[in-house]
Amino acid sequence: MGDHHHGPAKGLSRWLFTTNHKDIGTMYLWFSFAMFILGGTFAMIIRAELFQPGMQLVEPGFFNQMTTLHGLVMVFGAIMPSFVGLANWLIPMMIGAPDMALPRMNNWSFWILPPGFLMLASTLFMEGGAPAFGWTFYAPLSTTYAAPSVTFFIFAIHVLGISSIMGSINIIATIMNMRAPGMTYMKMPLFVWTWFITAFLLVAVMPVLAGAVTMMLMDIHFGTSFFSAAGGGDPVLFQHIFWFFGHPEVYIIILPAFGVVSQVIPAFSRKPLFGYASMVYATAAIAILSFVVWAHHMYTVGMPVAGELFFMYATMLIAVPTGVKVFNWVSTMWRGSLSFETPMLFSIGFLVLFTIGGFTGLMLSIAPADFQYHDTYFVVAHFHYVMVAGAVFSMTSAVYFWLPKWTGRMYNETMGKVHFWISFVGFNVTFFPQHFVGLAGMPRRVPDYALQFADFNMMSSIGAFVYGASQIMFLYNVIATIVSGEKVSDEQVWDGAEGLEWTLPTPAPYHTFEVPPKIEATPAHG
Amino acid sequence: MSIKKSLMTAGATLSALPIAALAQNQVNMSPGVTRVGAEIYDLHMLIMIICIVIGIGVFGVMLYSIVYHRKSKGYVASQFHESTKVEIAWTVVPFLILIGMAVPATSTLLEVYDNDDAELDILVTGHQWKWRYEYLNAEGENVSFFSNLATPQEEIYNSEAKGEHYLLEVDEPLVIPVDTKVRFLITANDVIHSWWVPEIAVKRDAIPGFINEAWSKVDQEGIYRGQCTELCGSYHGFMPIVVHAVSQDEFQGWMSAKRADKDAQIAASSVDLSLDALMTEGESVYKTQCLACHGGQGEGGVGKAISGSAIAMGDLGVHLDVGIKGVAGTAMQAFGEQLTDVEMAAVITYQRNAFGNNTGDVVQPSDVAQHKQG
Ligand code: HEM
Ligand SMILES: [Cu+2]
Repeated sequence: MGDHHHGPAKGLSRWLFTTNHKDIGTMYLWFSFAMFILGGTFAMIIRAELFQPGMQLVEPGFFNQMTTLHGLVMVFGAIMPSFVGLANWLIPMMIGAPDMALPRMNNWSFWILPPGFLMLASTLFMEGGAPAFGWTFYAPLSTTYAAPSVTFFIFAIHVLGISSIMGSINIIATIMNMRAPGMTYMKMPLFVWTWFITAFLLVAVMPVLAGAVTMMLMDIHFGTSFFSAAGGGDPVLFQHIFWFFGHPEVYIIILPAFGVVSQVIPAFSRKPLFGYASMVYATAAIAILSFVVWAHHMYTVGMPVAGELFFMYATMLIAVPTGVKVFNWVSTMWRGSLSFETPMLFSIGFLVLFTIGGFTGLMLSIAPADFQYHDTYFVVAHFHYVMVAGAVFSMTSAVYFWLPKWTGRMYNETMGKVHFWISFVGFNVTFFPQHFVGLAGMPRRVPDYALQFADFNMMSSIGAFVYGASQIMFLYNVIATIVSGEKVSDEQVWDGAEGLEWTLPTPAPYHTFEVPPKIEATPAHG
Repeated sequence: MSIKKSLMTAGATLSALPIAALAQNQVNMSPGVTRVGAEIYDLHMLIMIICIVIGIGVFGVMLYSIVYHRKSKGYVASQFHESTKVEIAWTVVPFLILIGMAVPATSTLLEVYDNDDAELDILVTGHQWKWRYEYLNAEGENVSFFSNLATPQEEIYNSEAKGEHYLLEVDEPLVIPVDTKVRFLITANDVIHSWWVPEIAVKRDAIPGFINEAWSKVDQEGIYRGQCTELCGSYHGFMPIVVHAVSQDEFQGWMSAKRADKDAQIAASSVDLSLDALMTEGESVYKTQCLACHGGQGEGGVGKAISGSAIAMGDLGVHLDVGIKGVAGTAMQAFGEQLTDVEMAAVITYQRNAFGNNTGDVVQPSDVAQHKQG
């Protein structure tokens, strides 16, 4: 291991063969941003078609390919890898470890992602077009009735799943084995805790997704009938399997986001997190509950009423730990000494908008009411409040927060704030009216709509273009920081920030904590 | 109860404001025209208002902090944290509120699920991309028909102005009597669809190979519109539902007329028609059913060319088979059930003689009926 004290290798091989957690984290982050732009482009096509009633730009079949790829690319390509990138960068630095526990596997889990997405994107150019059955790919639309490209989709999902499983095994191994002496579990920063729990969720449910797509493969090519009643199977079985993966999946997306916000809000409130222990327990409670609520996505499939009641009560229960989290963040701000730099703005934006998404989640959990909400734009509004204003805002906050530590350079604060305000307004103009059209009866996943929905849809489209365009400002700000940002004068960067990563030199050197740091006897979180 | 009531009126007034401002832009759920629908609406308003009240509290505290607890104002952070009492309070209180929500939710759900004692049963079948309705009748023949989107392509592709009920209009609506418990038996022929009419408070997935039940008892005569709400392929956005709720007398009249129609159809299929009559009828059937895929000149498109086709100019049995049973695994559907024997005979005759096919073959309704029997 003689090369440990050297810097990175030069050229392409640095990136291809790297086992360094910071390099791999960087690649994950850039990759996910690229996917964010790609998925965003699909979204712009969708919103452009929906700008006015009538078909203008694309054909209905292609529209469905866009909604499908938009969802798949955003969930599996943008949000999930971005948080894995963050985990790579931060977990070793936060627990006082020199690197991830399994660095070679780390290289693999990143490098199989780009080919996986290449395979998925290539379906656009295949005969019959890309998958057009929604990111939830319900059978039999995704099996017997799908275009031939579905086979490539299945293999792409396998590849992404393998990557996620490897990534999460690595995170679990790192957290369990690589903590500096004295860094007990209950001293770990919340971001580490939320990722620890997320990694267990991933290991538990990604194989279920793999099972679902394998069953599809069998139905399509090998004459089985898992999802076809004609052969003794059941299309609803697919939905149970998918959502057994899918509901924990939404928490896989949001828990690391909770972690980020739990670091950022105390830092800019200059006050410890109100209830560290209860935040850890609430996270665990949400994770456990997430395994027993899946059928709230399926209230209209015709389950027995006892099943409906069970899933309704269990889903409503999730509001309790979620509420604990929100109350904790607000209490942390209460009587703090607040300042509003860009990371804090994005975290407060998260807090407000995620809470709104939580409220609509609670409304959706009420089974009889969901008979009116289900598969309308109301659901689209709900999950964009939790996934975009939740996960994406939190991720943006994280980038602004840690970028100065990573690069040793400060981003342009004014531009950051402008980015926040444009995003915040653009987001709400896009998605708030979708609550209205959903309640008024507009189904989701339609390329065209009745005239009474026209005004709000136009508003949505305008908001979407604004939100989309503001991301270019973000990209510019990040690149400008890396290339020519002002050098950070204070090594600590943020006066209120706590945690081992801030004790490192700025920019963080290529190798850190080769000698484990000493953890103070008093807990960092009180 | 009175608090709940007054909260609801407050909510209703609030939601009425934007309506007034934006004219026809509906922003809230409709209570619809059934008791269950009204209960669902009350439930929706109750939970939404609870959420809004909690939201005002949470965001109010936050806003106060943002305004007054600023570093820029020299506010010094207090370092308080951890309080078991507070933590218990904000766990237990929400839990109690949830129980308060669960009680009315449960009773409404049980009502939604009470499918017994229906006075009329209708089988609803989702097809790519249209609905089929069949009135089940223990005493005699069932009445059944397909309900297709009636909005012309010209409106969809913007060459003509869009009508008032753009995308929410069908060639033949479902007709049901008011004040009658109607049970819908919902299934599908190909992929999963979902049958939703917001105002009569029914949404249930149509799943191939399984039959779901739902019911509605409509209080008011009127026309209620809905759409398919489960992604079902390319034209998912183009398979609306229109329900005419009519008085019971009117319904009986409509039903007898339908039965008479059906008898007339059966009678008509034993009468032979002239080539001219068949060609005229055939052309109109071709335009509504075949043209989208096979082209205005039979030149093909999504489907194969009819002009010069080996099938349309070859063996009649094969041609009838394709029309009646469709071609599995392709966009060519089975039209046997969707068209009457007269229509089928006419369109087959038309295809065999139009577009330069000129076979001179005349296919009679009785040939179709015979072919169907095998
Ligand atoms: C208080 C917490 C939450 C509750 C009670 C809740 C409840 C629900 C319910 C009942 C549905 C199904 C609605 C329907 O299809 O009719 C739903 C949909 C959805 N939720 Fe949540 N939710 C919560 C939080 C979240 C979070 C944190 C995320 C992700 C970050 C999320 C993501 C989604 C997604 C993606 C869908 C739609 C999936 C689809 O059909 O495409 N939800 N939610
Ligand atoms: Cu869920």
